[in-house]
Amino acid sequence: MQLTGAQALIKSLEQQGVDTVFGLPGGAILPVYDPLLDSSLRHILVRHEQGAGHMAEGYAQATGRPGVAMVTSGPGATNIVTPITNAHMDSTPLVVITGQVATASIGLDAFQECDITGITMGVTKHNFLVQSAHELPRAVAAAFHLATTGRPGPVLIDVPKDVAQSTMDWWYPATVDEYDLPGYRPTIELDEDDLDRAVALIAASRRPVLYVGGGTLKSRASAELLAFAERTRIPVVTTLMARGAFPDSHHQHLGMPGMHGTYAAVIAMQRSDLLLTLGARFDDRVTGRIASFAPDAKVVHVDIDRAEFGKIRRPDVALQTDVATALRAFDQAGARPQPLDDWWREIDEWRERYPLTYEEPEVDGPLRPQHVIQAIAETAESGTIVASGVGQHQMWAAQYWPFEEPNTWINSGGAGTMGFGVPAAIGAKVGRPDRTVWCIDGDGCFQMTAQELVTARSEGIPIKVAILNNAYLGMVRQWQEMFYDERYSEVYLSPDLPDYVKWAEAMGCVGLRATNVKEMADVIDEANAITDVPVVIDFRTDASEKVFPMVPAGASNDDIMVHPSQRGAR
Amino acid sequence: MTPPEPFLGDTVHTPVRHHILSVLVENKAGVLARIAGMFARRGFNIYSLAVAPAESDARFSRVTIVVDAESAPLEQIVGQLDKLVNVVAITDLSPQDALERELLLATVPVDDASRGRLLDLAAGAGASIVDVDGAALTVMLAGTPGACDALERSLESFPDVELHRTGRVALPRLGRTATHEE
Repeated sequence: MQLTGAQALIKSLEQQGVDTVFGLPGGAILPVYDPLLDSSLRHILVRHEQGAGHMAEGYAQATGRPGVAMVTSGPGATNIVTPITNAHMDSTPLVVITGQVATASIGLDAFQECDITGITMGVTKHNFLVQSAHELPRAVAAAFHLATTGRPGPVLIDVPKDVAQSTMDWWYPATVDEYDLPGYRPTIELDEDDLDRAVALIAASRRPVLYVGGGTLKSRASAELLAFAERTRIPVVTTLMARGAFPDSHHQHLGMPGMHGTYAAVIAMQRSDLLLTLGARFDDRVTGRIASFAPDAKVVHVDIDRAEFGKIRRPDVALQTDVATALRAFDQAGARPQPLDDWWREIDEWRERYPLTYEEPEVDGPLRPQHVIQAIAETAESGTIVASGVGQHQMWAAQYWPFEEPNTWINSGGAGTMGFGVPAAIGAKVGRPDRTVWCIDGDGCFQMTAQELVTARSEGIPIKVAILNNAYLGMVRQWQEMFYDERYSEVYLSPDLPDYVKWAEAMGCVGLRATNVKEMADVIDEANAITDVPVVIDFRTDASEKVFPMVPAGASNDDIMVHPSQRGAR
Repeated sequence: MTPPEPFLGDTVHTPVRHHILSVLVENKAGVLARIAGMFARRGFNIYSLAVAPAESDARFSRVTIVVDAESAPLEQIVGQLDKLVNVVAITDLSPQDALERELLLATVPVDDASRGRLLDLAAGAGASIVDVDGAALTVMLAGTPGACDALERSLESFPDVELHRTGRVALPRLGRTATHEE
């Protein structure tokens, strides 16, 4: 069967079981958009290529399947570099297809040429510049294999226009051996000696903590984690990337660790004698000053990526495997710590003394952002997916939304990409149309990518967006208040400019506003009742509200600052 | 205030703690950029680097990288290198287990007074004269990095020397084992 490269590319995507492509056409990718018309693939036409990338990420995080985005060369390609970087930092499986100028023009500064494989070398797991139509099926198959196995990540395929236009005899690689990846071996046998040493460390521990990271979700290990945690009674903390991997309602869950983690989670790690580290990478936002992080803890580090071992913290035992495999092996070996009653007594005291807290809002407003999040959560059906941007609202969402199941929390962790929320929520809703999807956003983030609500409306993707509008770049404002003597530099945004309700309406969405507690309850009910179009709610929140607890950047986790109302009690 | 001096490089040829990584890579466009880029963005120092087609299979090339194991733990460097999809195998040679050689070429302007001194110096160093004209000689030495260092230092007493070194290649010494990472 003779196909053009473009046809072969689309057919290869179908072969991979892709159902949705997020993208925007342009000159160099034009040939590929033609056979799309004859394909069963759903294409979501975005308004900016960054939106396509974040949508693909949201889709991937919500479904566990790789997200696919397709854009043109030059600026189309560079516009998607931010989502690629974001996916690289958060190990999100992504396949990004970029058009490229014809092979004969590469290197000649042709119109809309850019060296996207060069640009993305450091922020992709791998990338391909395809040299012939015959090679396209192999590149696609290899890209999906790389994106989804081992430590997942983004893979980019750059397709020159003439490659898409030339013809090939259709073939598709049947097995991994035909992918031509002689240097790629993602799976490793669990080392039995290391396993024995890990089990011995667990057996000796009196103050263990399960330090659960995003790798636990990637390895779909939530059931194994629950079983292991309940059998051993070891306390659990879930990082920003792992929220939902373990039910928040579970009494063994201490919450999120790190810069804005709960007191109990942060201090339990500090006092721990064993960190059972599951697919986590000792990020600086978790460890605080590394020299004083969990000083008495031995470390068992489970990770599929061996380069994480000793990158930040030297492990006492390193297990290169996926989290589910390691947990099953621990269970089979009957790993069990010392009696934990004393440890739990200490932890429960911390929990009781320093719960997450905020002041009740005044009746007339402004609203408290934490209160808004809790009010939305209370009326949301179970299984609701929450996406967020980056900043204060993200931290409050991570702290106050009760996550009960995996893949319901979608955020930008490592890269901290403002504007992630709206497009990621759209992608999540495309991947899980059966679920309600809320985007908890900030006013600063919303302004960065809000145009994708046009995409959402025109494609029939009814997400709900809660803007916690404090008229500031709130996290930066918080730092300027606390660490720069209240010298506010370039952080004020205005609550009324833009008018978020009118903007939402202009984009075909329902726009609502709430300035006090009564209005808040009403608009949430109203938003819940709307299921056919996107809804945007402008919640007017208190600009002076700050995220607590907080470990200042570079400080020791021992110096955690609790909410002002809890100080003095220490 | 006087501006700070620009960095002029340092002339130390052998880092205090170096390791030799013999890296088998796929012979594909951009592979060297992937390796160099990874070292640059992770802040690992490459001390020298040599690339040539691999002995057995045209699909592969062999890259010999001398890394500064002070700049990062060796296992970090090897772990990050191994993550590059085009890297097929890594052999780690510690200096005591490795047979290392390097090629040095130097063109040295000479006059009647200095010609004899250069010829003596070359003979003493085991270097050969590979090109001659009335005003200069080109000296070649294939030897250990230490021998090349010594010759380079000796040539500092001659003005306007143009000197190139290849960076080293290495194999395990017979009877010694190297650490293979497949």
